[in-house]
Amino acid sequence: MEHIRLPKVENVRLLDRVSPRRSRVGTLYLTATHTIFVENEAGVRNETWVLHSLVCSVEKQAATASGCSLLVRCKNFQVLHFVVPRERECHDVHLSLQRLSQPERCEELYCFSYKPNVDEAERRQEWDFLDLKADYSRMGLPNSLWKFSPVNQHYKVSDTYPADLFVPQSATPPVIVGSSKFRSRGRFPTLSYYSKENHAAICRSSQPLSGFSARCLEDEQMLEAILRSNPRSDFMYVVDTRPKLNAIANRAAGKGYENEDNYSNIKFQFIGIENIHVMRNSQQKMLEVCELRSPSMSDFLEGLESSGWLKHIKAVLDAGIFIAKAVAEEGVSVLVHCSDGWDRTAQVCSVASVLLDPHYRTLRGLMVHKQPVFVFLSHRVELCNHLVGDPKEVSPAIDQFLESVWQLMEQFPCAFEFNARFLITIHSHVYSCQYGNFIGNNQRERVELRLRERTHSLWSYLWKNQTDYINPLYRPDHSQTQGLLRPSTAPYCFKSWRGLYNRFDPGMHPRQSVEDYLSAIQEETQQLEEQLASHKQVEKGYKRINSKFLLKKTQSTCSCYRGCTILSSSCLESGIADVSCRSPLSEDSTRDPDSDEAAYSAA
Amino acid sequence: MEFAELIKTPRVDGVILHRPFMPTVEGTLCLTGHHLILSSRQDNAEELWLLHSNIDSIEKRFVGSLGSIIVKCKDLRVIQLDIPGMEECFNIASSVEALSTLDILSLMYPFFYRPMFEVIEDGWNSFLPEDAFKDLETMTDEWRLSDVNKDCTVCPSYPPLVAVPKDVDDDTLRKVATFRHSGRFPVLSYYHKKNGMVMMRAGQPLTGTNGRRCKEDEKLINATLRPGKRGYIIDTRTINLAQQAKARGGGFESEANYPQWRRIHKAIERSNILQESLIKLVEACNDQSHSMDRWLSKLEASNWQTHVKEILTTACLAAQCIDREGASVLVHGTEGTDSTLQVTSLAQIILDPACRTIRGFQGLVEREWLQAGHPFHHRCAQSAFSNSKPRQEAPVFLLFLDCVWQILRQFPCSFEFSESFLVLVFDHAYASQFGTFLGNSTAERAKLSLPEKTVSLWSWVNRPQELERLTNPLYEANSLVIWPSVAPQSLLLWEGVFLRWNRSSKCLDEAYEEMVHIIEYNKELQNKVNSLRRQLAQLETEDPLLQTLE
Repeated sequence: MEHIRLPKVENVRLLDRVSPRRSRVGTLYLTATHTIFVENEAGVRNETWVLHSLVCSVEKQAATASGCSLLVRCKNFQVLHFVVPRERECHDVHLSLQRLSQPERCEELYCFSYKPNVDEAERRQEWDFLDLKADYSRMGLPNSLWKFSPVNQHYKVSDTYPADLFVPQSATPPVIVGSSKFRSRGRFPTLSYYSKENHAAICRSSQPLSGFSARCLEDEQMLEAILRSNPRSDFMYVVDTRPKLNAIANRAAGKGYENEDNYSNIKFQFIGIENIHVMRNSQQKMLEVCELRSPSMSDFLEGLESSGWLKHIKAVLDAGIFIAKAVAEEGVSVLVHCSDGWDRTAQVCSVASVLLDPHYRTLRGLMVHKQPVFVFLSHRVELCNHLVGDPKEVSPAIDQFLESVWQLMEQFPCAFEFNARFLITIHSHVYSCQYGNFIGNNQRERVELRLRERTHSLWSYLWKNQTDYINPLYRPDHSQTQGLLRPSTAPYCFKSWRGLYNRFDPGMHPRQSVEDYLSAIQEETQQLEEQLASHKQVEKGYKRINSKFLLKKTQSTCSCYRGCTILSSSCLESGIADVSCRSPLSEDSTRDPDSDEAAYSAA
Repeated sequence: MEFAELIKTPRVDGVILHRPFMPTVEGTLCLTGHHLILSSRQDNAEELWLLHSNIDSIEKRFVGSLGSIIVKCKDLRVIQLDIPGMEECFNIASSVEALSTLDILSLMYPFFYRPMFEVIEDGWNSFLPEDAFKDLETMTDEWRLSDVNKDCTVCPSYPPLVAVPKDVDDDTLRKVATFRHSGRFPVLSYYHKKNGMVMMRAGQPLTGTNGRRCKEDEKLINATLRPGKRGYIIDTRTINLAQQAKARGGGFESEANYPQWRRIHKAIERSNILQESLIKLVEACNDQSHSMDRWLSKLEASNWQTHVKEILTTACLAAQCIDREGASVLVHGTEGTDSTLQVTSLAQIILDPACRTIRGFQGLVEREWLQAGHPFHHRCAQSAFSNSKPRQEAPVFLLFLDCVWQILRQFPCSFEFSESFLVLVFDHAYASQFGTFLGNSTAERAKLSLPEKTVSLWSWVNRPQELERLTNPLYEANSLVIWPSVAPQSLLLWEGVFLRWNRSSKCLDEAYEEMVHIIEYNKELQNKVNSLRRQLAQLETEDPLLQTLE
């Protein structure tokens, strides 16, 4: 509370991003957790709530006659442009927001103060919702090839790894520890995905500390053990997801990549995915393009190209496809690493798993999957900039994973149980700090923060609201739902994801949603099925015994079904309501004739 | 002339057909006067029937004695035929080349095609101007149907009957025609029932450099204004282009002479630029390099999406003037047969729910394109693969269809037809067994006796089995004006046309089927529940027990 210099400012204007002349006037409130803008308009109570933890930057612009502009950018790509009447107030709001949006201590994070109306027992249950061990046993583990290893029980071998890990049956603790000493941050090769059908596995690690010539017997034995855990195969792939040049540069720092000569039966492969700094800049550029005010088609396409964003998404998907095909089609195990093995490696392994296993294309499956991939194997979530930290460590890796899944959904509309809204909601909450799931950098930190005791879990929230997130076209028995997905990665198959990056520009999206329409139909179908069943029962009843009881029941169940129209009137009206946004007869085009006249008289 | 003279080799065995995403087929290749046919002569195997008029260009390739011809079609399909024997390959290639470039309208396939289906309604008579006018008469009496152009001399590209303001007589029309490009005097394009505002279209006024004026022209268009109201003239050219047109005798309406009108200039590109844009776009779509940068830069450089955006924006502007500003609108560019029609027809899609039905859309294409004198024969003579220098070819109509598709994507429940209908219309505009899109104007069509000698596309479409295939399962009549977004993020590449042959559509087709299934099952259940309810109600009334109870 001490950070709020000014809890309330009146006569603030909130500008419409698309046509700045349309603005709303209202009161701005700062609370401990939210910025709230309440529109003054009589009769309507139009409120805009922005969570402080979602704010990524606050920019104050020079004061003008109409007031002082404050630009608030959020991590969910919302941009709010306020005009505060007096500079002094603007200054205060600016400073307050800056402090509030960048908590210095973990305890300030929203998840520790977020208290929905849920009792303690239920809250604890939320955390039991996802059982990772169950996912391993779904994969058929442990078995004669892979075992559970307690070697990292107290985070002694690798402090960024979780405590529970699976390793090859033949890997002894000395081999594991030896291997971990030869790997960056002790991140030795460990299991990520195992295929029950053909025993091929995906493992991940960090880069080896090979420098120019160093080798490590235990590490070589470790890879040998992984290879042996796939009895039908006589070699394995080692995939370095970095561009070759970057990997070579790392050798000078005593790191690097595996030498094929030192490891028996590995095939080494570079897949050039750029590092987080390149990705961050690329995303920044792409967002600037999406934010342009009434850009021309060329502005947009040129910007999209020069941002390189879609090229990077394609690279991630290409890498995922390479690994998935190795596992499913060749039956060969793959070890994946980059530098530290937490951005690109996590991304690529998750994409490969989604391609491989239909389970990860279900609501529950994706949640199970994201949890270990990004959190337990320590995708560094401070990457998401929850706390004041080094902006150079911010990475859009999660965004890229979610977008890769979305691109797949566009190609395989029936293969995913969840819809794009599900991905977007997850995206929001990765950054919102409202739930404990994405706090902390690794399991050790998470245990120390006692997140399970003190916060709520996003997954159970999503599960409870699953009707919002179901893809109506999904059918578990559909042919495209089965087995390995083989997407096309021709460049024209990749689209710009306006649903995420232009989420807050409603005018840009289709005014009628096929998906919502179908969901509504399905819901109605369900009701009809119930009605039909009860009608039939009643009919039977009639035919057998004409009892008074059943008659009454008919009357109640018949409660008038009218062929209902599914598009609500509000939805239709939006057809007209929003020309505003992009329609051409704005001030500009009405002004045209005048300027033409000027040109005319000049000529 | 006999086709046989052009066919050097009518038949070759052992030809292999390659198509992307389909298994290769080996069979016999036959050339007829109008078709290239490949048949494997097996009962269940698919045959290829390709109209010569659908072939845009062909290329020959030789590897040893095996020759291949690559056939590039106007519907953007590219196929390869491996033909054993050099001579056969040469003969086939040159025959196809000759047959596909025949420019004699009366030899076109529609004159030879005999329908294998029962014509329920003759499409040639389905959308006559007099019928359209009857609808107008129910809404207003301010317009009349003039037959000033009955022998197509006043304006060769207009139909014999046009709607004009009631108070303007035929003599005035004749005078106005001399003042407008190609005699295209202002005529009614659309009447907005909601507020009585109208949209007219015309050719550019022939003001020339010395600012010629024509009192009759001013009188005609002013006759459409309500007292004290202003109207909008939408010139589809930039002010610079319009100025330059003066030097060639054209021009635009000056403020001094048309004080009741505000003129707005937009920038819709002319025909040869559009043709170039199409060629570049299709080349980008067929690029095999798999480089994202290259794809995006080629897509951008083609400017296709820019044209889509510009046309849609102008159409929105026209619609907005009418619906929002309550003003009448006159649209023209230079000739008034291309960009003008794009704008007037799209504005109607936005404003008029009737145009979003299957039949309404056919009517719109008839009124605003065929009868309005869009030179289909010239514009659709070649498509994206043409090697020859474009003369009058331009994908003006394809751009219109693309824009309709964009609106359909944004309002997927507001159109009675599905995307496949738009693709069908595109295919038939470029090559068809039907006579609908032959010729450049109503006059030319009459001269060729198309209505008597050929079958109309609409005769084929308007049968229950076709209609069912083309109907959008999501359709729910929406009586409102629909305003599309023209933000770059909202405008997509029309994959159904431009990537139709470059990707497997299996998964998308399955999704479509699944969608249809969900909706059909719902309907089926509704029917079941309703009929059961009726039965129950009947039982209830017949039930003696119930009566005694009450």
